[in-house]
Amino acid sequence: METKKLTRVDYIFRPDNTCMDTLKKSLQRDRDEIVLELIDSGLKGRGGAGFLTGLKWKLAKEAPGDIKYVICNADEGEPGTFKDREILDRVPRRVFTGMALCGYVIGAKEGFLYLRAEYKFLAPKLKTIMAEMNEEFKKLGLDFTLNIRYGSGAYVCGEETALIDSMEGRRGEPRNKPPFPVTEGYLNKPTVVNNVETFVNCSIIMAIGAEEYKRFGTDSSRGFKLFSVSGDCSKEGIYELELGMLLSDFVEEFGDGDTKAVQVGGASGFCVPRKKFNQTIIGFEGIPTGGSMKIFNSSRSMYHVLHNYLEFFEEESCGQCTPCRVGCQQLLKGIEAVKSKKRPPSYLDELVKLAKVMKVAAKCGLGQSVGNAFVSIVDNFREEIVY
Amino acid sequence: MANMINLTINNIPVSVEEGSTILEAARKLSIRIPTLCNHDDLCVAGNCRVCVVEQIGNRTLQAACATPVRENMQILTNSMMVMQARKTIIELLLSEHNADCTKCYKNGNCELQDLSNEYRTGNQIYIDLVPSKHYTIDQSSPSLIKDDSKCIRCQRCVRTCSELQAVSALSAAYKGAGMKISSFYDRPMHEVVCTNCGQCINRCPTGALTERNYIDEVWNAIYDPTKHVVVQTAPAVRVALGEELGYDPGARVTGKLVTALRRLGFDSVLDTDFTADLTIMEEGTELLTRLKKVLVDKDTSAALPMFTSCSPGWIKFIEHTFPELLPHLSTCKSPQQMFGALAKTYYAQKKGINPKDIVSVSIMPCTAKKFEATRPEMRDSGFQDVDYVLTTRELAIMIKQAGIEFMKLDDEDYDRFMGESSGAGVIFGATGGVMEAALRTAYEIVTGREVPFGNLNITPVRGMEGIKEAEVKIENVKPEWSFLEGVTLKVAIAHGLANAKRLMTAIRDGKVQYHFVEIMACPGGCLGGGGQPIPTNLEIRKKRAEAIYAEDENLPIRKSHENPEVLQIYQEFLGEPLSHTSHELLHTHYVPRKRY
Repeated sequence: METKKLTRVDYIFRPDNTCMDTLKKSLQRDRDEIVLELIDSGLKGRGGAGFLTGLKWKLAKEAPGDIKYVICNADEGEPGTFKDREILDRVPRRVFTGMALCGYVIGAKEGFLYLRAEYKFLAPKLKTIMAEMNEEFKKLGLDFTLNIRYGSGAYVCGEETALIDSMEGRRGEPRNKPPFPVTEGYLNKPTVVNNVETFVNCSIIMAIGAEEYKRFGTDSSRGFKLFSVSGDCSKEGIYELELGMLLSDFVEEFGDGDTKAVQVGGASGFCVPRKKFNQTIIGFEGIPTGGSMKIFNSSRSMYHVLHNYLEFFEEESCGQCTPCRVGCQQLLKGIEAVKSKKRPPSYLDELVKLAKVMKVAAKCGLGQSVGNAFVSIVDNFREEIVY
Repeated sequence: MANMINLTINNIPVSVEEGSTILEAARKLSIRIPTLCNHDDLCVAGNCRVCVVEQIGNRTLQAACATPVRENMQILTNSMMVMQARKTIIELLLSEHNADCTKCYKNGNCELQDLSNEYRTGNQIYIDLVPSKHYTIDQSSPSLIKDDSKCIRCQRCVRTCSELQAVSALSAAYKGAGMKISSFYDRPMHEVVCTNCGQCINRCPTGALTERNYIDEVWNAIYDPTKHVVVQTAPAVRVALGEELGYDPGARVTGKLVTALRRLGFDSVLDTDFTADLTIMEEGTELLTRLKKVLVDKDTSAALPMFTSCSPGWIKFIEHTFPELLPHLSTCKSPQQMFGALAKTYYAQKKGINPKDIVSVSIMPCTAKKFEATRPEMRDSGFQDVDYVLTTRELAIMIKQAGIEFMKLDDEDYDRFMGESSGAGVIFGATGGVMEAALRTAYEIVTGREVPFGNLNITPVRGMEGIKEAEVKIENVKPEWSFLEGVTLKVAIAHGLANAKRLMTAIRDGKVQYHFVEIMACPGGCLGGGGQPIPTNLEIRKKRAEAIYAEDENLPIRKSHENPEVLQIYQEFLGEPLSHTSHELLHTHYVPRKRY
């Protein structure tokens, strides 16, 4: 399998004052050509699910309808992720350029930034920049207006259809799919929902071209991405790294020398134990991440880590579907019961079965991914759960 | 011609219209996929996940109720992965559910119980979550009981309340483990916009929403030798009760209903249809009076269109939602309440019984009637006019308790008086029925001729369309009604409160003009009432409607003004429609209520 050395790059946080030039150039280009270039670049969504961005735009572009929307998902809520906040603080124009570009390509006249409630402190500055850019769009002859909407604190609203429900003023609950937002999204109109960093990457690809972009990363994981590094590490923070590195290299760089496990992808991601570091690629061919990398050293109890994640999910499930609502409660109560000897260690096997059912039967990505952390921690650290 | 999609389910090929769901395709093959949150009357939710199926090539299972078919799909409904998931999901639901089935009012009529039976979920794997939940039971409403410990969060009630009824008294609240179905600010049901229609009860798969039952109270009254217990039966009960007692939907069991009530020990078995006929006399006259006020006297205080007032769910709805339109409501009490007021006055006098010794019971297809009976306005006889309201379902329970083999009963006839009925009274049970009955009488009063529809069947006002309109041109009138000569009487009918809301909005905004409007709170009218047998769906409601109209056709008298007992009561007691006594006993007033 192709891997890359751990390499720092610097594209995302470069000064964003040249963005308008990129947009101006792109608006001269044929829409289909832009879509093809994006598909060619291999860019996959940076929120974690990893859908091919160019294809998403293509589907929305081809969806019938006069009114379409662009939504930027800035509901950054995955535990251990804090990179979108930094992007919006430092290079918001790069985000908005990506949104405008998307608007141009799919034929949307409105774009919304869905900002998580906890980031409201960014809003005054963002609104000023939006107003400036809206004026500049007009000058470029682009009929596109940026707007802002706020989340109310529910983790599930990072799921794109729950986000749309929330924007429509309803309780944020994931919808049945199909139909997908690209055909029936906000107000049932074709809608592209992309993560903050995804729009940034679109701007960058337009600026440097797909050929240059493709030099980074691997076949399955093109480009670079921001990592939010936290936990027991030598240098926590946000790092822009090429995709496709081995987890062992990552730990070498960021660990404190006593790393026992890394939770890749936040609460909904996977826990990788030390013995698997050198077989684990960070990318879509290995373990993908929306950016969260939590490092645990040997002083940490994996029971407490898992307990913490399950408490989070038990509260943040929207509660509508059975596997997620009740499953999360059962997993949490289940490990408590095993720990306190009210249930035998073999009960963990029942819980793993349950987690696997949740993975295939829950309605949305949230419920489907609870099992990731659960199964990977129980599989690798069973004795810490039992004793 | 719709596009056809070809797929296989359990390796059996099937072809269905594009846009169908996997569930619908499976039904076509007579393959049953279990469901809980799905209901034929409601939009798709896809949240219980009991109906998950395997689609070959897909990593995750699909909810059959929510997933549209696609060409060449290969679906498995009973694969190992499906069976494991389904059983797990049922077990999860049970772990959150107060599964004390023998103590549950819905024992034996519960979709979760059926599934747990089917999947033999006896050895409970998961931890019982109920003790940690602190569930509440809301008994504040005179009509319904909401027991959160039985709730499986399928949100059928939520969808019923918003989609069918446009009331939204119930909605999902909180998230995660704390997610529950609740009311505005968690207020008790009797303090919120709930209309008591009971449509949520009809669709609740478990015992989370049930009628507040008064079975024991009624038995006690029957057993009390000092009490004279009269019972009245609403028109829609006779075409639905059979469903609880062994008959298929659409069976007419009027005669057996009467026999059964007599065997239960009621002292007098009477008919709400009688006061339905009386309602037509009062309401028809009220309409003609309003028309005269508007057309001749140019009296702007008389509000047109006039709205019917027989449906107590509708009454509470308009009080909350369109209080500005209250003057449009007919002042007539509902037939139940007219009956109650007369039972403790006219009937008591005729029988020589002290009204304080009369216990007045009504059998209704309705849960809102329970609330209506407790309204402070409903004590015009000097006592609470109707003491206990039982739903069709509660009556069925009593019949079973008494060991009556219902299907083997002979037919008997109602007691006299206040037991005589016309076909017009019977069709009150179906949407459009009050309108049809009113037109049969009003047209004849004004012109001296029968309504110009074949065999008195005014078909434009019948059927299950949400909002119906009709026109009747009035010509060659009697001299005293000359102001109506050439007038085209315009009427509209809505059933289900969502339709009522649409119609009311159009009327309020002046977009439509009518003289007379009939509203029934429940889909299909009373025959689809919140107290009727469970399950309900359009097919069942249509069968009940057919039975109602058959009952009408088979009665010798089909016009309210020809009911001999109605004529007699005006002669002996009331004088004439809208008389002083009528106003005192048969009419009422309404109160504006807030939405929050």
